[in-house]
Amino acid sequence: MNLITISLLVLGGTGLVAAVLLYLIAQRFKVEEDPRIDQVQEVLPGANCGGCGFAGCRALAEACTKASSLDGLMCPVGGAPTMEKVGAILGLAAPQGEPKVAVVRCNGTCEARPKTSEYNGSRTCAIMHSMYVGESGCAFGCLGCGDCVVACPFDAIHINPETGLAEVDEAKCTACGNCVKACPRHIIELRKKGEDGQRMVVLCVNQDKGPVAKKNCANACIGCGLCAKVCPQEAITIANNVAYIDFDKCVVCRECEPQCPTKALHAMGFADAQAAAPAVATTEVVEGEKKGFDPVIAAKIKALPTPKAVFPQCLKY
Amino acid sequence: MNTFKIGGVHPHDNKEYSAHQPIVECPLPKQAIIPLAQHIGAPAKPIVQKGDHVKVGQMIAEAGGFVSAPVHSSVSGVVTKIDATVDAWGMKMPAIFIDVEGDEWLPEIDRSSDVRRDCTIEAKEIIDKISKAGVVGLGGACFPTHIKLCPPPGQKAEVLIVNGVECEPYLTCDHQLMMEHGEEIIIGIQITMKALGIHHAIIGIEKNKPDAIARMQELTRKTLGIEVMPLQLKYPQGGEKQLIDACIGRQVPSGALPIATGAVVDNVATIYAIYEAVQKNKPLISRVMTVTGKSVAKPGNYLVRFGTPLTQVVELAGGVPEDTGKIIGGGPMMGRAMNNIDMPAHKRTSGLLFLPESESRRGIEENCIRCGKCVSACPMGLEPYLLSRQSELKMWDEMEAHNVMDCIECGCCQFTCPSHRPLLDYVRNGKVTVGGIIRARNAAAKKV
Repeated sequence: MNLITISLLVLGGTGLVAAVLLYLIAQRFKVEEDPRIDQVQEVLPGANCGGCGFAGCRALAEACTKASSLDGLMCPVGGAPTMEKVGAILGLAAPQGEPKVAVVRCNGTCEARPKTSEYNGSRTCAIMHSMYVGESGCAFGCLGCGDCVVACPFDAIHINPETGLAEVDEAKCTACGNCVKACPRHIIELRKKGEDGQRMVVLCVNQDKGPVAKKNCANACIGCGLCAKVCPQEAITIANNVAYIDFDKCVVCRECEPQCPTKALHAMGFADAQAAAPAVATTEVVEGEKKGFDPVIAAKIKALPTPKAVFPQCLKY
Repeated sequence: MNTFKIGGVHPHDNKEYSAHQPIVECPLPKQAIIPLAQHIGAPAKPIVQKGDHVKVGQMIAEAGGFVSAPVHSSVSGVVTKIDATVDAWGMKMPAIFIDVEGDEWLPEIDRSSDVRRDCTIEAKEIIDKISKAGVVGLGGACFPTHIKLCPPPGQKAEVLIVNGVECEPYLTCDHQLMMEHGEEIIIGIQITMKALGIHHAIIGIEKNKPDAIARMQELTRKTLGIEVMPLQLKYPQGGEKQLIDACIGRQVPSGALPIATGAVVDNVATIYAIYEAVQKNKPLISRVMTVTGKSVAKPGNYLVRFGTPLTQVVELAGGVPEDTGKIIGGGPMMGRAMNNIDMPAHKRTSGLLFLPESESRRGIEENCIRCGKCVSACPMGLEPYLLSRQSELKMWDEMEAHNVMDCIECGCCQFTCPSHRPLLDYVRNGKVTVGGIIRARNAAAKKV
């Protein structure tokens, strides 16, 4: 009996002293935190993908709460609706941003881009890129080892085993930009999604001169400049032998689409647009002549050897 | 017999295919493509223009910075263009294209095969000559030699170590060079010693080349201060830091240059190039390279002028064998598989190795079993299994803390791994990334 009483007293007393101590210390060292940070964090997606440029959702919430305006702060995953909610909590105007999507700017499918070697090392793009040009002759195109697949926190990008290229699932893509950072060849770009997902894009980043690019890949942009000539918005520029469409200027009039001799230029999100992997471009060359393309370019293209699919199938991963 | 203390492996040396094959001169190409970046550091800047006539030995590009070396024409003819060419791995590199016309040499170059012994010029002049001749380390790294011969202030060279180890399996070009041009190499060593102001040199040769050891011992019997040191067989003994350890028993501290131990290491081929530059006024325009492999018809050692397409050398060796699965530029341990043999020969091309299909595949990668073989094989005392894992997980800061920058990329870890893990691939990738991070940090620190 005596023993139990002593134990109770000692333990109870220790507990009491500890409680008082903890209370005093908590009072002395308490950190004032804006309660709105928690509220903002509530409405953020909570994926901690880092796409906003901060270490995670909490860090973005802190930055939003501290900021005097929300300009430049954007959750790419939640997009405009989320930022509106954040703005409502903080009493700030939400920034207006058009939704974006990751675009893999390479169309060098197995058929179009013949294999010249077989890679036998570690299957990561970063290492393969540091080793050599890749399994085809193109030093700029998709390597197909899937560093972007690993980097994507939303399961929105995959390697298509038939084409050997990375493909973006636009329904899942949140434009967090992790794949853009992961790609050692800087092929992936965040582009405006466009109305109903309709947009024009050049699916090639090959900076080789036309004949070389064409030799290595039938779908390569040869930098001929036909698209830039017809663009009424002057949205297309040719730099380093490759065309680039400025998505801020482009109005998706599709004037440029029939001009492209190699089908590097693509209209995405249209019902009548062909799938993003046209066949080997021999027929297009002949058509190009008929349509009265620049004869010099047409002749040059004709003189190039037609790439043949030496390896009928791409490696299955 | 001496060797280095930490790590190392014993791959089969496979030198029998091309050993003792006399050096054969490769015929001149129709068009020489001379790359501008044949060395470590800044690429050379072209000083010729399209349409210019050049002679053999004429400087066509000057050094592009402090760590850089000039490039000389190896042929005579007309410069047709300065454009990009494709290197051994399919990437682009800038080069000067010259259409070959005849074989007209600059008059000051001594083309005779006489051995010129006496060297009367001063140390400074010697280094100047070496620098102007574009001599770089022909052992593999292609570090400009004149920088090595000028130790940074506060450090002094005590001994010259001449690298005749040739620890890479298959390669025999240095061995053959020692056999055929031993006398010139000894004179080259004396010149280099004079340039450094020292009186002691060691020639390190592995014991699998007994004839080279005997030949060098015979030649050094009457010379003062030059010693031939036979070394035990172990890869990577030809590594600069390993050779210093093997020859004089000193270790290069982490992050320091080899000169910190008082040693300057030069390859025998570099020494021969120094001899030619100083005594014969001949700039570095050619090198001996080994073309070898189990099924190569005529494996051997070929003297190629830089700019000659490698296909031409391969033809001389009997063409690409039918069973070839992989072509490696350099030796099998440190060399890299090539996907383009149209590339021109340059200062780095020490060998071409044709591996048959049956030997060219990597083993199937399995999980690390933590056996620690890679740790005991690493000649730099690193932990490759850990570094490779950190590289996979992109833990760059941790990699730096584990001294990834000390890795010499010798490949011992991958060679010894029973699970066939691509350790070196990952470590090398990490080393490149960490190097970039360090450089960016230093640049930022400089700005502040």
